[in-house]
Formats: sequence, structure tokens, C-alpha cells
Amino acid sequence: MSAPKPVVGNRPVAICSFAQSPSLRRVDQANEVEMLMPVIAEVFAKANMTKDDMGFICSGSTDYLIGGPFSFVMALDAVGVWPPKSESHVEMDAAWALYEAWVQLQEGVIDTALVYGFGKSSLGDLSRVLAMQLDPYTMGPLWPDQVSLAALQARALLDRGLSTEQEFAEIAARSRHDALKNPNAQVRNEIPVAELLEEAYAVSPLRRHTLPPLSDAAAAVILVAGDRAYDVVDRPAWITGIDHRVETHAFGARDLAVSTSTAMAAKIAGVGNGPVDIAELHGPFAPQEVIVRQAIGLDDSVTINPSGGPLAANPMMAAGLIRMGEAASRIWDGSATRAVAHATSGPLLQQNLVCVLEGES
Amino acid sequence: MTERCAVIGIGQTYHKAKREDVSIAGLVREAARAALDDAGMDWGDIDAVVVGKAPDMFEGIMMPELYLASALGAVGKPMLRVHTAGSVGGSTAIVAAHLVQSGIHKRVLTVAFEKQSDSDAMWALSVPRPFSAPLLAGAGGYFAPIIRAYMHRSGAPNDVGMKVAVKDRLQALKNPYAHLHLPDISLKMVEESIMLWDPLHYLESCPSSDGAAAMVIASEDVAESTSKVTGRPPAWVHGTAMRSEPTMFAGRNQVNPQAGRDCAKDVYAQAGITNPRQQLDCAEVYVPFSWYEPMWLENLGFCDEGDGWKLTESGATALDGGDIPWNCSGGVLSSNPIGASGMLRFLEAALQVRNMAGEHQVEGASRALGHAYGGGSQFFSMWVVGSDKR
Amino acid sequence: MTEENLAPVTMLSTPIRLDYDFTAGLAQSKTLAGYAQGKFIGQRCPKCKQVYVPSGGSCPTDGVAMDEVVELPNTGTVTTYCIVNVPFAGQSIELPYICGQILLDGANISFMGLLQEIPTDEVRMGLRVEAVWVPEDELGPNLSSVKYFRPTGEPDADYETFKEYL
Repeated sequence: MSAPKPVVGNRPVAICSFAQSPSLRRVDQANEVEMLMPVIAEVFAKANMTKDDMGFICSGSTDYLIGGPFSFVMALDAVGVWPPKSESHVEMDAAWALYEAWVQLQEGVIDTALVYGFGKSSLGDLSRVLAMQLDPYTMGPLWPDQVSLAALQARALLDRGLSTEQEFAEIAARSRHDALKNPNAQVRNEIPVAELLEEAYAVSPLRRHTLPPLSDAAAAVILVAGDRAYDVVDRPAWITGIDHRVETHAFGARDLAVSTSTAMAAKIAGVGNGPVDIAELHGPFAPQEVIVRQAIGLDDSVTINPSGGPLAANPMMAAGLIRMGEAASRIWDGSATRAVAHATSGPLLQQNLVCVLEGES
Repeated sequence: MTERCAVIGIGQTYHKAKREDVSIAGLVREAARAALDDAGMDWGDIDAVVVGKAPDMFEGIMMPELYLASALGAVGKPMLRVHTAGSVGGSTAIVAAHLVQSGIHKRVLTVAFEKQSDSDAMWALSVPRPFSAPLLAGAGGYFAPIIRAYMHRSGAPNDVGMKVAVKDRLQALKNPYAHLHLPDISLKMVEESIMLWDPLHYLESCPSSDGAAAMVIASEDVAESTSKVTGRPPAWVHGTAMRSEPTMFAGRNQVNPQAGRDCAKDVYAQAGITNPRQQLDCAEVYVPFSWYEPMWLENLGFCDEGDGWKLTESGATALDGGDIPWNCSGGVLSSNPIGASGMLRFLEAALQVRNMAGEHQVEGASRALGHAYGGGSQFFSMWVVGSDKR
Repeated sequence: MTEENLAPVTMLSTPIRLDYDFTAGLAQSKTLAGYAQGKFIGQRCPKCKQVYVPSGGSCPTDGVAMDEVVELPNTGTVTTYCIVNVPFAGQSIELPYICGQILLDGANISFMGLLQEIPTDEVRMGLRVEAVWVPEDELGPNLSSVKYFRPTGEPDADYETFKEYL
């Protein structure tokens, strides 16, 4: 057994354990620590490891979801960092926390890392909260809601003839269908595309089914470098390529129908170097899946979002990391040999991360 | 393996209570442009950008780095945003260093900032929660009882904190970027300033500043080739470390936290330091309240536990005549753009070993410590830089 | 319009209003419900056996849920303190006032509380205090139910008994 040689970086690092809490519209009994604690316990139990085995800990979260500063500080109590640990935090989706951990693992000083992310969309008005992300001078004061912004992007796609409302509905129907096999998903049902197309517009051209659900959840993964990965899992999900890129924040300066940052990241991560079996894409709105899929260059043979994807469960700050955990799970269970995971951050796919995971054949 | 890396470009803003002449984008560009100029580089030479700042609520913008992507020349590049409370300026530099040490990138721009005047930090820190008493005591109210505990344990005389306050402000007079320039500073002036949080006087506390800090961190080959062109030496990174412990737990030593001791031990081991007072030429240490100098002297192993105040009192930590000068730049007590404060410590340490600190230069400094801490002293980040490779 | 009319804009104020629900959590709910009854409710960690009040839901050092509920008495010790003389917006207490770290008897962690009925120059580490609750009809599920702490008149606690909890 030997790990495939990575395209980016020098040291093979694998996702070896993954846990997530069920995505729910509202987790109203447990606070963030209590939502996270069982997930951390599970990710360790699955790996037969403890916090004492971790060389590094990195998390992703954002204060504006909870409406108070330092939400990551309290969350750290779910791990119990005593004795003191080497630990860091990104104010980004936890997929980027995984990237930070992966970078450190490249140096060969540490072999293991715990990565987690959590978010409750239910505490505030998410659409209004996300308007706080916009340029504070020219856009923020207008308080545009995220559905209307996504509708601008969908319109750009339709007007360019790059997709159809029919395709949006097919993506939603497929996501809900696949989510029936995912106990952690939130929107799970069997519904004909024709029926979805009868729904009224939320914001034209977006019908309700093209919108992600509002979700509360947490997720965690464990990364292990080198041969130690085989002690944890029979068929490690090796990260053979990973990269992320950001675009300008000014919507007017971007072609919203394409994602150049995703395309760049996919190229550097080496997606095109071999066939892809499955991809977990983080385009929270149905039209965004079309854009991301096109940018990565995935053809019709690739199974997209077997977990149900973000249209079935979209916990902020964790949904990107969940894509990586779900893709890794397909490698572990043998249903895929080469998988792609994608994460996005910022308004209208401003920032994107692409990761290629491979198992030995 | 860990590749060598070095600081080859340094920039900072003029720190002030209110920088009304620039937007946030203008503020970060002022520091970043200066760092690029120092490195002899332009925006296009940079491979990746790492941004750090304290809570987003300090400015009232969620993930402000998204809107700053263009201003920081990050478009088309990887950009990371770090947030580890008050230690963030240090952790951000460390994340940037790892991007080079891992061999992933060769030229990384790292920027940290706070524009406190754009919002109200005190408000941001005081969101009412049912489990906290409605006391609104601020950061000083949090740290003052811990300082009192230190004074009790160590038996330090009451005026040690005031001596630190004077020393750091005198040193700030030699730093044109410092926010506070108090030419008349004296023990009497500190003592007569209002007692904000007994035992802390007003002049024993840090100001609230707008400001930004930036560095270009490069790989060994890039550092050597650019240095030949610019004629300015690199500051080689000898070690980096981060440590966290829980915010509150039974038996927690808040005066001398274990995480700080562990972090120092780790960074010293990487840098080959066994006696920090002897082997380091100076240190830039996060001292937002005067008494944290003697407390961190002990925590960082510059002396035995209980003896920190004696070092301060003897003048050992003064730029003028001390054997181990601390905060020659004036430190956090003289400039505190919160998110950038930690990076300023890291950056000032690098300036010293590059022999580029100007009037506050420690003569012949070749090895220096940069230190930051955050939260309720549960998050630490540190690095050691040197004028020689290690 | 001439250039002179276009004075530079140096400040742009954007009022922000965001409303949030607060999730107390399973463990903290018990502490908050205790306040509404005029009681301090803490929790004990099943691993390290330390008693936390208030509890955030997990043991900060062990990362496990603390399920054993412990009712704590009304009395405790001031481990350390500071005297606040800073005016803040929204402050309702007359300056100067004393912020004490209160270690309730039987608890293993202190929390910040207001000290009254003692002159600021007489407060000291080790002072024995008790909680004064607001009248019963004003009790609610928050720490505002504790009006303040005041000296009990007992002899001061020995430094050795609380030095681990500063």
C-alpha cells in the first residue's frame, strides 16, 4: 500500500474520519458547544483517537451568525484543550480550516489534525446577516438579501443560454432524492420535476426549490499524514490536490455566469488529471451547481452530490467541510476511487476551494 | 520538511485614534504597499494573501477581507482570513509563514488591521447575555483582578506598573508610527491619571487605535535574491508556535497561564534558545496593561516566577541601558489597533534583527522574540526571528 | 456642478439592526432557571469532578457534558477584585463600583459579581460575601436576578483556600 503522489504539496495527507450532526431548521435545545460536542466525540471514536493524539486543531465559524464576538472561543470547550494545544481559527467555512491544517501537515512536524466547523442559521435573519458581508460603502447600506443576489446570478446564467429553469428543478429533485439515503440531510423527498416547476418564484427566476434550506449543524474531520493513515482507516481518502482562489467582490466587475476562481483552483488541484467518479459541490443555490460544475469541468458521467448536497442541508461555515467529509466517505466505502470536493465562501461564489481525493485502486 | 522562510518586507500605518483620511481599504493598502516597497515587489509578485483581524463586530462588517480582496491585490490568488482574538496578528503571520515553510508558496503577503473608529469596540464586546452580570467593565475590568492577584502573589511594589507605562511611552517617542507620543510622560503623570480599574491607572492602559501592519514573507531563494537587489537584509524565521487553553476552568492559572509557558518552550526549542534573557537581544511582547510586562517576563521564562517585577524595576527591560529591552517600539501601550497589535510585535521583532528600527533600534540586535496573546490570556502566538539563518 | 461642490466624503454612517435569538443550551438552562428561583445551580464534570457555575454545557478541560446538577449555597469568597471608575454607555451603576471574582462555597470556578454595602477602600481578597437577590416578583432567568453581593461579616477566608481559583 502506498499513497498516490500528490499534485500539490509533497506529503500525502488523508481525510480519515468524519462526523456531522443532523442538519435541522432549528437546534433550539443545544447551544453551539452542545451541538458540537457529540460530533467531536464521534469523529474521535470513529478514528479510535483522542484529543491527545492531535498535533493541531483548526476551526471555522463566524461571529455574525450568533450575533456576538468570539463564538469560536466558547466552541473550543467542546474539545477540551487541556493540556494546552496548538490551535487556530479561520473566520471562513471550515473547508479553509482544513486547508490551513493540511498546510501545516506538509511540513512533517505533526502527523494529525482535528478540523471542525459549526453554524446556526436559525438565530438571526440569515439573509439580513449575510448582507453584512457586502462592500460597506456601496452595497451593504442597500441591504440586498442573499436570495435576490443569487437571482441576479441565475438570471445571468439563463440569459447567456447556459442553463434552464428545468435544469435547476432537476438539480433540486435529484438532491432531495439522493438525500433520502442521508440521515443527516434536512430536505429529503421524492418529488417530480414537473411539480417543482409549478412552484411560485421566490425571487424570479428562482423558485423556492432552488434555494438552500436554513440549517443548524456542526461537522468535524480528522486529517492524518503518511502511513499512519492506514492505522485509522483501511482505504484513506488521500488529498492529492487542493487549492483555493478568490475573485473581486465587485459583482459588476465579474461575469456572474462563470466561476473563474473555481476553474483556477480545479486546474491547480489537478482535477483533469484523471477520471472523476463523484463530486460534492457547494453551490448553495441550484444555479450555482451548474456554474461550479462547468468551472471544474465535470462531464455527465460524474455523480454529483450523492449526499444530497447543500440543497438538502446547508449549515453555514460547515457545509464546505461536509462536502469534503462526504466525498471522503465515498472513497472509504469503495464506491469511488477519485472524488472532487468543492467549498465556497462569500457572496455569489466569490471564493472557492477545490480538493481532489483519491483512494488506492 | 520545514523550509526556511524570512521576512523581506515590512509596512505599517501611522497609528491614530481616528484615521478619517482613509477607508479600511486605504488603511490596509498603506501598510501593504509599504511592505511591498520594502521587499522590492509589486502586487503581481505575491502568491497568496493572509488577512487577520479581531472580531468583525469591531468594524461592523462580516468577513471584511472579502470586500478588501481587490484592495489587497488578492484577486485570482488564495486568500485566508484568520481570527484568534487578540493574538490574531501573531497567528496571521504564523499562518503566512507556514504557507512558505510548507513549500506551497514562495511570496506571501500578510496583513492585519483594526479600524476601531469605524464602530465601537466596547459595544461589540458587551453584547448582553443572560449569563453575564450587567457590569460593563470592559477589558480592563477583566484583567485588573488578575493583575491584583499577581501583585499579591509576587509581593511587587505598587509602582512597577507605572514604571512600565513610563518606559514604553518614552520608547514610543522614538517610533514615528506610534499612536501615543507623550513627551512629558513621568511617574507623576501616570499616578495622577484617573484610576480606571483599580489598580490600573488610565495611563497604564493601552489606547484604542486605527492601524494596519503588513509583511512579505518569502522562501530562502527569494529572500536571498531580493535582498541582493534591495540591499536590505531578511529577518529569518527561527521558530513559530501557537497554543490555546480553555477560557475558564477550575484551577486555571490566569496570572501565569500554562499555554503561554508551553508556547514559549516550543518556540525556544525550535530556535535553539535555552536562556531567553541571555540569548535574545530584545523582545516585542503584547503588554496592553502595564503590569503584563512583569507577568509575561515570568511566563516567557526571562526570570523565575515572582521575579518579573524585579527585572522591570532594575531597568533591564529598557531600551536605554537595559540588557533585554522589551517593546522598544512603545508596544501595545503606545499603539493598539487590536487585530494588528500582534502583528506589530512580530514585525517590530523582524525590524530589529534587520537593523532597520531607526531610532528605537537595539544596537546589533540579531535575535528577537515577537509575542501576542488574546482572549482572557488563553491564546498565544510567538515567533523568534534572527539576522542569520538557522 | 463644479469641483468645489464635491467636498470629499469622509464618513458614512450605516445604522445596523440585527435581532438574534439566544440559545441558552441544555446545561445553561438549568443555571438560568435557578436564577429565576433565587438559587445558584452548578454542574459537576463526570470526569474531573469539578463543579462549574454557570456551566456552558461542556467541561472546558475534558470536553464532555456535565450532567450532574449541584445546588450551591448563597455564600462565597472574593478571590480578587477591581474597582471600576470608567464610564460606559449603558452603565446603570454609580461609579466607582467594585467588581469581585466570587467563588461560591462548593464551586471550583469564580465568576464576576458586583460588590456593595462595603466602602471601596475596605474590600480585600478573601472577603466572605453572600448574594442579595432582587425581590421574588422581579426574579428572572438571568444573572440580573442577583442584585449584588455583600459582606457576611465572617472572618476572611485564608489565602491558601482560594489561591487556586484566582
